[in-house]
Amino acid sequence: MDGVTATGIRAHARIVARADGRGGTALPVLEGEGPLAPRRTRSSGSEAKVMLVGAMSGPLGGDRFTLGVRVEEGARLHVGSAAATLALPGQAEGEARYDVRLDVADGGELHWMPEQLISAEGSELYVTTRVEAGAGARLVLREEQVLGRVGERPGRLTSRLTVRAGGRTVLDQELACGLGAPGGWDGPAVLAGHRAVGQLVVVRPEFAERPVEARALGACAAVVPLAGPAALVSAVAPDALRLRRLLDEALTGLG
Amino acid sequence: MSRAALLVLADGRFPAGGHAHSGGAEAAVKAGRITDAATLEEFCRGRLHTAGLVAGALAAAAALGADPGELDAAADARTPSPALRTAARRLGRQLLRAARSTWPSSELDALAREFPKGAHQPVVLGLAARAAGLGPEDAAHCAAYESVSGPATATVRLLSLDPFDATGALARLAPELDRVADRAVAAARRVRAEGADALPAASGPLLEVGAEWHAAWPVRLFAS
Amino acid sequence: MHLGHTHDGPAAVSADARRPDGTRRALRVGLGGPVGSGKTATVAALCRALRAELSLAVVTNDIYTREDAEFLLREAVLPPERISAVETGACPHTAIRDDISANLEAVEDLEDTVGPLDLILVESGGDNLTATFSKGLVDAQIFVIDVAGGDDIPRKGGPGVTTADLLVVNKTDLAPYVGSDLARMSADAREQRAGLPVVFQSLRGGDGVADVAAWVRGRLAAWTA
Repeated sequence: MDGVTATGIRAHARIVARADGRGGTALPVLEGEGPLAPRRTRSSGSEAKVMLVGAMSGPLGGDRFTLGVRVEEGARLHVGSAAATLALPGQAEGEARYDVRLDVADGGELHWMPEQLISAEGSELYVTTRVEAGAGARLVLREEQVLGRVGERPGRLTSRLTVRAGGRTVLDQELACGLGAPGGWDGPAVLAGHRAVGQLVVVRPEFAERPVEARALGACAAVVPLAGPAALVSAVAPDALRLRRLLDEALTGLG
Repeated sequence: MSRAALLVLADGRFPAGGHAHSGGAEAAVKAGRITDAATLEEFCRGRLHTAGLVAGALAAAAALGADPGELDAAADARTPSPALRTAARRLGRQLLRAARSTWPSSELDALAREFPKGAHQPVVLGLAARAAGLGPEDAAHCAAYESVSGPATATVRLLSLDPFDATGALARLAPELDRVADRAVAAARRVRAEGADALPAASGPLLEVGAEWHAAWPVRLFAS
Repeated sequence: MHLGHTHDGPAAVSADARRPDGTRRALRVGLGGPVGSGKTATVAALCRALRAELSLAVVTNDIYTREDAEFLLREAVLPPERISAVETGACPHTAIRDDISANLEAVEDLEDTVGPLDLILVESGGDNLTATFSKGLVDAQIFVIDVAGGDDIPRKGGPGVTTADLLVVNKTDLAPYVGSDLARMSADAREQRAGLPVVFQSLRGGDGVADVAAWVRGRLAAWTA
């Protein structure tokens, strides 16, 4: 941590996963501090598991967090988080930023499954997630946003998710919602009163040859093939619990 | 530059296939999310700031001469729903036919050769504007306007809505539409230096999800 | 129309008589007329009558997506790849007259996917008496009315009745039951149409669709001449 400044906290975390040559995955780099503390937990088989433990609440207004994960060839990594991330208003001026960069090499596999991001009333957060997946990389990425705690109006949350797979951008989506977001964000074209919204991106090399079949799961969720070796589950729901259920079911359906 | 050329291109009767598409309104009506003029306006507002902004920026970038292939790939990445990608390419192909006949141009012919099955409609729209002697501001306005005029017209048919109410909603959106077009052009001007990543990627989850739901219906009035 | 334009472009723009590779494209015949007059039944009968001698395909324009296409598929008058449905956004007359772009895509796609065709029938969704096909889309059009819709329709005229290249008065077998005067319909039609042909037919008996099929053969002979 670079310390607390008038412009908020700057925090950085880095994880590198590398095949250990014995069929397992080593973590030669596992660093981070304060609000972004990665901890290695029990591995299962060849997969290393890391839990992000938030030692402080955050991000607050003016904070700037960056998180980089690199999964090298043949390594398998699962990243989760111990609790939901709560975006809160802060003392410092301006929006908070949270930039996540995930690199998965050819033959690497990453499960990026953090808990929800909750946009509390009065908060202002811009979060970007950028994925670079190599030609033979495998990825499961879950992203869930909850607009406001129970009974609370949402803060302003803007979230951009960019996924590159095999050298081309297969998904580039930005969702802006909450107080001060461009008009219509809670209307019938965008969220229509739903307070939880999520995406699940699955990259598998075999999808290039055999893309998933597009399927609507009612009027609030769909599984779609992207223009590349990837599939997307997109869903809106009244609350976090029902959103998770939709995404879990859809992921199971992808086999 | 001819202002009247913009009127020709933006005319709802320009024969480029738009009349058969509802811009997601048919799905939103069936889901009970559009029920009257007020909910139509809110739908259009949301579509304007998401799909409309992206379409406006793609069209403006094409009008500025950015590589159509790169823009088309950027449109794919910003359109996760395959039903919407198909509709956008079909409309692009129809628009290209109309534009090549209306404003013959070697750039439009080259686009037809590169994309025999159609490029994303906003990309074609930008090149059509270019062929008509129009600029990026015109292209962005045209794309942003189409993002709301289509659903408004469709909802008049779907709900037997008073057409004056629907037109009134469009008129109230006009100042926001100007701002969206400005943002679109500003982003498009950055494409030359920064590439297609500079284009906005604003999305409406229910537009994407609704399009897949709609595509699966056995009976519907509109193609999308 | 763009007949006589050069043909080295990447794709045809409108009603070019030749395909981009220089070969002559299929003759396109439109069938329009009011709801329930028997357009789809006539298309089905034409397919059965002509499919052995001609390579043909059908484009339907439905109010509701694919209804007429589904009927033709169920009746198995043509293999499914030769039947294409255009979605019309609740305005079938727009798709055949004011904005023909989707139909042009459909006819060109059929020629591209099922190979050289002699004839493409473009069926309009059921509409009113004013609906006619654009000359940018079809080379000839047939307007189908029926005796049960009222024997005053020919007298009333309208663009379909007066200008169609062929007027078909369908369901003549029903005339005694609905009190329609066929002689009067015939006289009115001839007066309205200034010498353009009229066919009275019943698909349930007599020669069925034979007269219409003969007329189509004549148009095709003129097209390929």
